[in-house]
Amino acid sequence: MIALVNIKNSRTNLEHDQKKESEIASNRKVIHLRVYRKNPKQGKSSHFDKFEVPVQRWTTVLDALLHAKGYLDNSIAIRYSCRMASCGSCGMKINGIPRLACYTKVSEIDENIITCEPLPNFPIIRDLVTDFSDFFEHHRAMEPFIHNPNADIVDKNSLTEFIQSPKDVERYLQSSYCIKCGLCYSACPSVGTDTKFPGPQALAQAYRYFADNRDDATQSRLDIVDTKHGIWRCHFAGSCSVVCPKGVDPALGIQLLRGHLVSFSKNDKKLAESRTRSLGKI
Amino acid sequence: MKSFKEDKIYWDSNRRENREGLKAWLNPSRYGWERISYWLQRLTGVFLLIYFVGHVIETSSLVDGKDAWNAMLELTQTTWGHLFLILVIGTSTFHSANGIRLLFTETGRGLGKPGRPDYPYSPVSLNYRQKSGIWIALILAATAMLYGANILFAGE
Ligand code: HEM
Ligand code: SF4
Ligand code: FES
Repeated sequence: MIALVNIKNSRTNLEHDQKKESEIASNRKVIHLRVYRKNPKQGKSSHFDKFEVPVQRWTTVLDALLHAKGYLDNSIAIRYSCRMASCGSCGMKINGIPRLACYTKVSEIDENIITCEPLPNFPIIRDLVTDFSDFFEHHRAMEPFIHNPNADIVDKNSLTEFIQSPKDVERYLQSSYCIKCGLCYSACPSVGTDTKFPGPQALAQAYRYFADNRDDATQSRLDIVDTKHGIWRCHFAGSCSVVCPKGVDPALGIQLLRGHLVSFSKNDKKLAESRTRSLGKI
Repeated sequence: MKSFKEDKIYWDSNRRENREGLKAWLNPSRYGWERISYWLQRLTGVFLLIYFVGHVIETSSLVDGKDAWNAMLELTQTTWGHLFLILVIGTSTFHSANGIRLLFTETGRGLGKPGRPDYPYSPVSLNYRQKSGIWIALILAATAMLYGANILFAGE
């Protein structure tokens, strides 16, 4: 008796599964994935490979690429990790625009051919994988950490607490959401021609630490960006803010920082600075 | 630690590899109105620079006497001369109007405040005020060109 019930159940399950399968099959469509291929180490010139990939409503470009890599050509080089727009490693040019492959659904693109190319403005390591050393150097040059002798953890007993109001936090919060994916750097026309220009990502970080009232390096932060190839090379094309997947709005940070450089905007007297001064450390 | 600028790797020639180069300046599509404004500001700026050089050459013909000056003026009385002047009117109107907008925005005015970004993120720096500024500059330029064309061609 029990066995019979089980058989009956598994039958209905099977029917149900078959129905689901056919539903999924009717939703499924096939797209053409055009993938940029280049292996500089082998000295071969670049070309595009075409793959037919089945997709569904929820398939991301990264899923499609991984399908191609898994079943059609395992030599495609892709970099990815989190698959959820958090690690910043899957940036590439998708149908002409820098985007995160894991954050772009195939259905969003609304074209039957999806072209994946490496991010422009980054040297190509292989296929879709690009070299971020330069980009990170620019980021590092902004000294992306809080400068504050009072917050130095060397002497725990003299640590000072810095209480920030929600308003204080909102001045820099969005800039701190940057995942260093390089999409903005790739979209920027000034980066396109000037290798010494720090680019939107780095400049947004310069603003992020400038606007943080725990930081006391106000003047030196301005000096870092106020150079011949520095912040003045931005012409507010705004493309960085268009492509940023995290809502950082680098163009905003850059213009606000420039407002401070030309002394049009007043910097609220920083908590950190006044404390450092009172301790005689500036 | 070596400073960023002393780092030799940074200067390696392959750092230039895969840069978009002039293509990034010359292709205004793909990124919206602000990119178009950037492209037009540069294009009209370069055009005005060329016009300015031509203008100095034209007016300096005055030192060669009245005939030379009149011969120069004749050039602007042709159809092509008119079309060129209409272009000067349009580019200078757009460049000045959009230029004044940029003077504000590029010093942090009219952009809005940084805040807590929520999905779907819409950057405050690319706000409606900025877009309207660009459209106003374009409409002013078009109006000025129509007005100029009316005077130049109707006056014939
Ligand atoms: C009312 C007069 C003018 C104003 C308010 C103005 C303002 C501006 C502004 C704000 C920019 C943009 C800078 C940037 O992209 O960051 C610009 C660009 C430029 N202007 Fe003007 N300008 C004026 C007249 C002229 C004239 C008469 C010339 C030519 C002789 C000229 C040549 C240029 C050039 C070549 C550019 C492109 C540079 C670039 O893309 O950065 N401008 N102008
Ligand atoms: S600012 Fe935005 S686009 Fe640029 S690196 Fe950071 S997250 Fe990516
Ligand atoms: S895989 Fe991490 S951001 Fe796309």
